[in-house]
Amino acid sequence: MTSDPAKTFSPRDRSWHPAGLTPAYNSSILRSPKRTLLQMPACLSEVSGPVFGHDMLGQHDADMLTNAKVDGEPVGERIVVSGRVLDEYARPQPNVLIEIWQANAGGRYRHVRDGYLAPLDPNFSGYGRCISGADGRYSFRTIRPGPYPFPNNGPAWRPAHIHLSLFGTSFAQRLITQFYFEGDPLIRHCAIVNSVSDPKAVDAMVAKLDLDNAVPFDALAYRLDIVLRGRNQTPADAGHG
Amino acid sequence: MKKVLRETPSQTAGPYVHIGLLPDVAGLDVAHHGIGARTQLEGGAPIVIKGIIRDGAGEIVKDAMVEIWQPDHAGSFGNNAKGFARTHTDFETGEFSFETVKPGSVAWVDGKPQAPHVTVMVFARGINIHLHTRAYFADEADANKTDPVLSSIAEGRETLLAHCDPSSNNTYRFDIALQGDNETVFFDI
Repeated sequence: MTSDPAKTFSPRDRSWHPAGLTPAYNSSILRSPKRTLLQMPACLSEVSGPVFGHDMLGQHDADMLTNAKVDGEPVGERIVVSGRVLDEYARPQPNVLIEIWQANAGGRYRHVRDGYLAPLDPNFSGYGRCISGADGRYSFRTIRPGPYPFPNNGPAWRPAHIHLSLFGTSFAQRLITQFYFEGDPLIRHCAIVNSVSDPKAVDAMVAKLDLDNAVPFDALAYRLDIVLRGRNQTPADAGHG
Repeated sequence: MKKVLRETPSQTAGPYVHIGLLPDVAGLDVAHHGIGARTQLEGGAPIVIKGIIRDGAGEIVKDAMVEIWQPDHAGSFGNNAKGFARTHTDFETGEFSFETVKPGSVAWVDGKPQAPHVTVMVFARGINIHLHTRAYFADEADANKTDPVLSSIAEGRETLLAHCDPSSNNTYRFDIALQGDNETVFFDI
């Protein structure tokens, strides 16, 4: 079996992504390679990828308001996050596993290594996952996380953010990112956000208030479309793998 | 075809990546999570791939998450997630360890066979966009010699070789250096 590079992936636009070394974000200084990345065409090792079925999801995986419920509702602003997963050619991406993690409303993570003084919420874990539908749409319910301080060059605060991990059909599409909330004044001060230099690229990581999807007397809504790398194939190729 | 959208930018996985991706490691009890350090491949020779990750100061990275993707012993990927596994570097020792099988050969873009290899991706606090590399097997010397990817590497080729631990017959060590001496070769694929 061959994998014609012209029908696979063109290289990532590394100027749109954060550079490996972004000195304002301290942790990147010793963890970024100095050697130039070796550019290679994608072969079957990268064009293939793990296929996850909807049956792997637990019943409440996409409902972070209830999936760790012990004796009540989690504290915080209830939100629905939804959008579409597309590729660079604007094609909807179905069956994309989206794994989600975040801090609680006080900015505390339920993690053995987080000792921030904000309290844990007994009814919230910050763990979730969902899989995009046939039309590329995804949705999950959660609470809006709080900002929190982190060690960097002096005092630094993370804007409210939710982490997302995504798998397309090819391992070459693998992506981990974070999204932020429209209007948060901390966004422009954050060294991790600013590892991305193009303001348009930062804006692509900011979820927009989505009042039309708010659930009356229950939850506000935010909208975020996510774009994965696209495999360059013409419609005629698509049916022949 | 012409691209009309831009890929969502990457952001670091951060130090609490385990909550979402390895919840038991974070201390969460998530039933039927189903993703761990073992691939589900059937047949072939069982192997263990373990190693540590060092930063540019030589410090061991203890908050990373590592993923592997590989074909089965016959070089077939299949339409499933059997060749996928994920683990973390231990909070105390920094070691990661995968249980899998030795992969078969996969064709290069020209259809010719490549040396057996496992795709490895590293995510962590301070890594703004995940690092993509490959583990080849030092005991596949003949296949490695003619491999198109290994042959194209001018410097650092040996950083991609997993070495069989002499005290065992199936444990391979694949240490990763993010930066500095013996910096691992990372790909842009």
